[in-house]
Amino acid sequence: MSDPRPVPAKKSGSEALRHRAEAAAEQDPFAGVDFSKLEHSLYRPRTLFSVVLSLIVTLMTMLALIPLFAVLWMLIWRGGQKLSLAVFTHLPPAPLEQGGGFGNAIIGTLIMIGIASLITVPLGILTGVYLAQAPGESRLASAVRFSAKVLTGFPSILAGVFAYGAIVLVTGGYSAVAGGIALFILMLPTIILTSENAIAMVPAKMKEASIGMGATSAQTVWMVLLPTAMPGILTGVMLAVARAAGETAPLLFTALFSNYWITSGGHFNLMQPTASLAVLIYNFSGMPFKNQVELAWAAALVLVVLVLIINLIGQSLSRQQVQS
Amino acid sequence: MASASEISRARDEAATWHPGQVWQPPSRGQRWFDVAFRNLCLVFAALTIVLIVVLVIEIGLKAIPAFREYGLSFLGGRLWDSNKQTYGILPEIWGTLYTSLLALFFGSLFGVAAAIFLSEGYLGEAVFKLLTKMHLQLHPFWGTLPQRLEGLLKNLIELLAAVPSVVYGLWGLFVVIPLIRPFCNWLHGHFGWFPLFSTDLSGPGILPAVLVLSIMILPTITAISRNALVAVPQKLRMAAYGLGATRWETILGVLLPTASRGIFGGIVLAFGRALGETMALAMLVGNANRLTVSLFSPANTLAALLANTFPEAGAHEIPVLMYAALVLLAITLLVNVFGALVLERAAAKAEAI
Repeated sequence: MSDPRPVPAKKSGSEALRHRAEAAAEQDPFAGVDFSKLEHSLYRPRTLFSVVLSLIVTLMTMLALIPLFAVLWMLIWRGGQKLSLAVFTHLPPAPLEQGGGFGNAIIGTLIMIGIASLITVPLGILTGVYLAQAPGESRLASAVRFSAKVLTGFPSILAGVFAYGAIVLVTGGYSAVAGGIALFILMLPTIILTSENAIAMVPAKMKEASIGMGATSAQTVWMVLLPTAMPGILTGVMLAVARAAGETAPLLFTALFSNYWITSGGHFNLMQPTASLAVLIYNFSGMPFKNQVELAWAAALVLVVLVLIINLIGQSLSRQQVQS
Repeated sequence: MASASEISRARDEAATWHPGQVWQPPSRGQRWFDVAFRNLCLVFAALTIVLIVVLVIEIGLKAIPAFREYGLSFLGGRLWDSNKQTYGILPEIWGTLYTSLLALFFGSLFGVAAAIFLSEGYLGEAVFKLLTKMHLQLHPFWGTLPQRLEGLLKNLIELLAAVPSVVYGLWGLFVVIPLIRPFCNWLHGHFGWFPLFSTDLSGPGILPAVLVLSIMILPTITAISRNALVAVPQKLRMAAYGLGATRWETILGVLLPTASRGIFGGIVLAFGRALGETMALAMLVGNANRLTVSLFSPANTLAALLANTFPEAGAHEIPVLMYAALVLLAITLLVNVFGALVLERAAAKAEAI
């Protein structure tokens, strides 16, 4: 045995213990303990305080969710009444005119999101690749990451002001392209940060195996990292698209609004003022005509359904993400 | 020493594929593609920094004419009249800060409460207790219910952020304002001597704008605070419980202080959001050039001023608006940079524990 203590000492120790245990068994070990004091009781201020605060927090969380359901309920109730096939195929009505719809606004929103995605998706994903691949001490990588984080909080109206100065004043007119570029600034940081996260989540052993097989780092990115991280990257793209679809402020004075189809005059022209759902809601909500206000509610319902669907697709994709 | 030509010959030799060989070093074309791709990624990443610099310079350059003309008195002026060419944005700066701070108060109160509710798993616990009463807690379908409900609740709060701000504006205009107007006017009628209630709510005003704004920033605060609370090591919580602390003694004494930096960073970022938020305010704040503390009076904010004035601005008004945009940019950049720094510090500290 490795016990360094001398044997007699140990013997006497265990004897002492046994004596003490025998002595303890003779009397009640819990004598003098008031069990009622140890029980969980609401009459004690400490526990009462805890329970009351728990109730308050529960109540506040429920209160915080009321607006979500209130907004959805109002959209379905007021927007649903006006919803018909006609609102998807007709042009916005003139004041005092009945009927009409916002077909051109839906197309305009989709086109401007398309333009913005065309620029943002390659730029954002490759920046994400760079950030995920860069060594930890890289100064440029941390500067880029920091810029992206600052850009997430960039006020959307300033993206519009920038696009107005850089595109509208230069090209000489309001256009779908200017709107798309304003949206691009707002989409970029989300895509960069989520792609970086998704790529960094790919198990290191997969990347190391690929390099061990003799793949270059570009091959590793294209054949291993991007395919594995694709669900996560697409989640980021979906979130960015959903945000851009609802943005109004950057479009107010870049794409402006239009009462006509984007193909008016017989040819498809991206360099003309373009309607969007968000700007239509804003313009029509301030009008004193009942028909326009009802159309604004219907457009809001369509916009929210569109945004929620894109969000749900993004969330279901994120569940397929491979976790390291 | 091998000469350069020897090295390249050896490399080509290694790059030739022999029959039966499974692996293969990259060919010259693949190596070229690798270098090109890596440089492309580098350039794209650098473009993000360039973008921020260009944004600031573009708005700054366009604001120079107005800055020369009006100087710093622009920030202190109270009048905005394009006919007299007198411009000042003091009411707008005040309105921006006032609405944002009020919204931040309500938003962080409810946002942090929701974060605690989510991170403590109250809902899952309650559902689990209910299931235990019904002896269903091990059922293959019902047994997973607590977890799934927790996830659903988290997603619902995130959905609050997904609703576009113009839709919140529409809702505020047609639902919130008519709903709170009688109550506000009652307050004004009985407590009109109190500065906050010194005017009546005749339509759009600060209070509806603040209510909608706080709903909009709540998800940001909840998401970041919840992350900070979840990141608190489990051993701290266990130690607190082991010492006999109740749930709320643990939350107030251990969890919140440990997560305080993360929560604070989230609140600062939400403040940045509130400062820059445009549409809901442009629709709800009333667009009146007024310097006031009354909750029911119409006012204006920098972002709402830009949204309402820019589309119809004349040629001489554009530089002035660019100047206002520059002020807004400076305020929000300052707040956002500060928030991002706080969060970075908080993450570093959380790793250290």
